[in-house]
Amino acid sequence: MRSIWRTHDTDLLRDVAAIAAAAAVNGASFGAISVAGGLQWWVPLVMSVLVFAGGSQFMAVGVVAAGGSPAAAVLAGLVLNARHLPFGLAVGHVLGRGLAARLVGSHLMVDESVAFSLAQRDPARARTAFWACGVTLFLGWNLGVVAGSLVGQGIGDPGAFGLDAAFPAALLALVLPALKDTATLRAALLGAVVALATTPLLPAGVPVLLALVGLVATAGRKKTGRKKEVAA
Amino acid sequence: MSLAAILVLAAGTYAFRVAGPLLRDRLTLPDRVKELMATAATVLLVALVATSSLTSGREFAGWALPAGVLVGGLAAWRKAPFVVVVLLAGATTAGLRLAGVS
Repeated sequence: MRSIWRTHDTDLLRDVAAIAAAAAVNGASFGAISVAGGLQWWVPLVMSVLVFAGGSQFMAVGVVAAGGSPAAAVLAGLVLNARHLPFGLAVGHVLGRGLAARLVGSHLMVDESVAFSLAQRDPARARTAFWACGVTLFLGWNLGVVAGSLVGQGIGDPGAFGLDAAFPAALLALVLPALKDTATLRAALLGAVVALATTPLLPAGVPVLLALVGLVATAGRKKTGRKKEVAA
Repeated sequence: MSLAAILVLAAGTYAFRVAGPLLRDRLTLPDRVKELMATAATVLLVALVATSSLTSGREFAGWALPAGVLVGGLAAWRKAPFVVVVLLAGATTAGLRLAGVS
């Protein structure tokens, strides 16, 4: 979304707050499901603070609730989170200069903070976007988890609010500008086809990683058209 | 979930996250490679959008979910504000479900 590149910081905060609000509701659902599955109220909170990757948390709790072993739950969650490695290679330089910024910032690396920072052209703005999104999401998600754990079953199904559509739509809006580059668009489309085709066959998380084969579509590109700035 | 399982998941996830930023400190990468890594992140995000819009578990997610994402995507393409994109997507999917479309 081009407007993000022009926005002032207040606009950035408003955009980030929208995602954090959705994450809070999602977190409440995670807390409620965890407690309903027999966990103590503080367990989903500890998990959310330490893991801070919603998809893998839902998956791990779901595997255990379905009778799977904790080892299977951890493995499923780790496979799902492996995408953070290539994310870190892409945005590692925007976290900040010092070691502390790298170490703390890494924990705030989630799909949304990566997408927000990639959507910025200016490196300084990319850093602001990453941290603003990461910190706000961390607070929203964890406060939601606490509320959901305590209130429990009173929380409705987030699907009823269409939250499962809100997150992919947000990510889509954030990556749209990058897709104006033809080579990137081709790689992304090929990757999405590969991920969709392999989803029925492979464990969750693997199809998304396989999408990286779409990068062959960028091989031998001549001109980069409009590119994001990838500052050192 | 035992506390040990949570700690292992947390440590492993953090290792994935911190590897990239620490590696980038140590390596001087050609611009071509930096560009490729940014493209890789975009490819991963688009794949996430595609799979989380169209599939649930290993199956088709039903029409309400991709319809909402599509409406949000169209709004973004027409340069609607980000908050509007998110709200439109959620409202479309929620409305369709309320109307009985799964």
